[in-house]
Amino acid sequence: MLAYIARRLASTVLVMGIVGVFVFLLLHLSPGDPAAIIAGDNATPEQIAGIRQRLGLEDPLPVQFLRWAVAVVQGDLGISIFSNEPVIKLIGQRIEPTLSLALTTLIVAVTLAVTFGVLAAWRAGSWIDRSLMVVSVLGFSVPVFVVGYMLIYVFAITLRWLPVQGYAPLGEGFGPWIERLVLPSIALGLAYVALIARITRTAMLDVLAEDYIRTAKAKGVATAPMLLKHALKNAGVPIITVIGIGVALLIGGVVITETVFNIPGVGRLVVDAISKRDYPIIQGVILLFSGVYVVVNLMVDLTYTVLDPRIRY
Amino acid sequence: MATATAGAFVAAEAPSRRRGARLRRFIRRNPTLFAGGAILSLVALVALVAPLIAGDPLTMQPAQRLRPPSEANWLGTDNLGRDVFSRTVYGARVSLFVGLSVASFSVVVGLFIGLLTGYFRRVDAVAMRLMDGLMAIPAILLAIALVALTRASVMTVIVAITIPEVPRVVRLVRSVVLSVREAPYVEAAIAGGTPVWKILFRHILPNTVPPLIVQATYICASAILIEAALSFLGAGTPPEIPTWGNMIAQSRLFLSRAPWTIFAPGIALAVVVLAVNLLGDGLRDRLDPRLARRM
Repeated sequence: MLAYIARRLASTVLVMGIVGVFVFLLLHLSPGDPAAIIAGDNATPEQIAGIRQRLGLEDPLPVQFLRWAVAVVQGDLGISIFSNEPVIKLIGQRIEPTLSLALTTLIVAVTLAVTFGVLAAWRAGSWIDRSLMVVSVLGFSVPVFVVGYMLIYVFAITLRWLPVQGYAPLGEGFGPWIERLVLPSIALGLAYVALIARITRTAMLDVLAEDYIRTAKAKGVATAPMLLKHALKNAGVPIITVIGIGVALLIGGVVITETVFNIPGVGRLVVDAISKRDYPIIQGVILLFSGVYVVVNLMVDLTYTVLDPRIRY
Repeated sequence: MATATAGAFVAAEAPSRRRGARLRRFIRRNPTLFAGGAILSLVALVALVAPLIAGDPLTMQPAQRLRPPSEANWLGTDNLGRDVFSRTVYGARVSLFVGLSVASFSVVVGLFIGLLTGYFRRVDAVAMRLMDGLMAIPAILLAIALVALTRASVMTVIVAITIPEVPRVVRLVRSVVLSVREAPYVEAAIAGGTPVWKILFRHILPNTVPPLIVQATYICASAILIEAALSFLGAGTPPEIPTWGNMIAQSRLFLSRAPWTIFAPGIALAVVVLAVNLLGDGLRDRLDPRLARRM
């Protein structure tokens, strides 16, 4: 068990290392002078030369990479070109809205999707099952920003039930905070719900066909414990896996959702950096989000052993 | 010669009724495949003949700005007085072009890498770790970085969307190769001294085609979505090109005054992606029954 965790940790570090190499090479192998790219469109030759010197761009690539990697590991993601502030500090200032959005979406979406999927499998062919098919087809086809603007138009502009956009820090009270997260979470969560509910349904259908479920029914186990304790627990592995893989959807979606709903989070930070060509910010946010994805999937792998003691590596 | 003519005559006489019945049966058995294919063909046709059916998508008429849908402007006008219907029709061109290009490029590149990694064990470990790393980077962010580093153009966008899609194809192809390379007929070919390239292309590659066609449609759908998202975020096609993502981005501030400026391209986008996904589901059910049962 310990050996497995150690091996899994090692491969996580390896994958992050490869992500680092990609992100580093992206800047250095893309056509054009990295210093000129970083300096932006209006830079003077002196500024470009200054940047080249400051970043040590005259050194061989491996040396540059090692220096950069050591700094990143120590939490130094570089300096923003536009604001001249450390990237890590800018991310820190913007992390609360992003975490709030991602976590509320995750909790609501997983609860909804698993319930939906379990009910659809239990009553396969019923209206619940068919409406799940509709939701999942729509969830995969309607883009986050289109859902977002539709929600804003209906619930904020026409019905005036909820604020149009923006963010209120949790420190200023739970009410305003959650009020502004309802619509963004629905928009962001739709595709995620579709994905998880569909896999839950499939996994549950497989398990519900097992002999031990028939035995449980025969000996008079009530429906709810039968579904949850006997079936859902055994259908857990694929569901947990897809929750982990789907985090990629959430991460990509956060960037778009924050733009639609004007939420000042990490996603907005990166979108604002596009037009200013503030590459250190883009680089830092990619590393952060990839790290989150890799760590979430590491945790997913480790929960397998808890969910299914038969899994031994 | 005479028999051929007679045959053609019989075929022509056997009324098109039989062909109609066959088509009806095909539709009944593959409703999603047909629905997706029909919608897509219609959109593709509209995109092809755009200049014939849609007016000028670029001319600005500030006097006519934010007009609601009318007889002159079927879907209204945007904040610069441009015709939303024409822009939506022209937007289909970019979306379909990007979707098809990304699907074909990523399939070609992924197929090549996948065949090699699946067949040569030494390449495998290294290549798959590289793919794991690439897959850990969120596709939208990778594309944002690539577009930010180079000049925005349709070609940059296609490359930027293709790169994160490649690992998915590689994994698929590799899994097929791994399962096929132990098959008796491949071992027989190896024993018979068949050159490696011939084993790969003649004996192994055909097995990857059905799942690849299915995968390619899903990649096409996801590419259309990512292109729209990138344009929406300002990291995609240059703003002067009428694409659905650009249209929505430029109309953001006018949602309450002129919702049609956002919903026309938004609904077009959703319908096209839906059609590609339906086509993919239909193809999957026909070509890959093993996978179809799982979903």
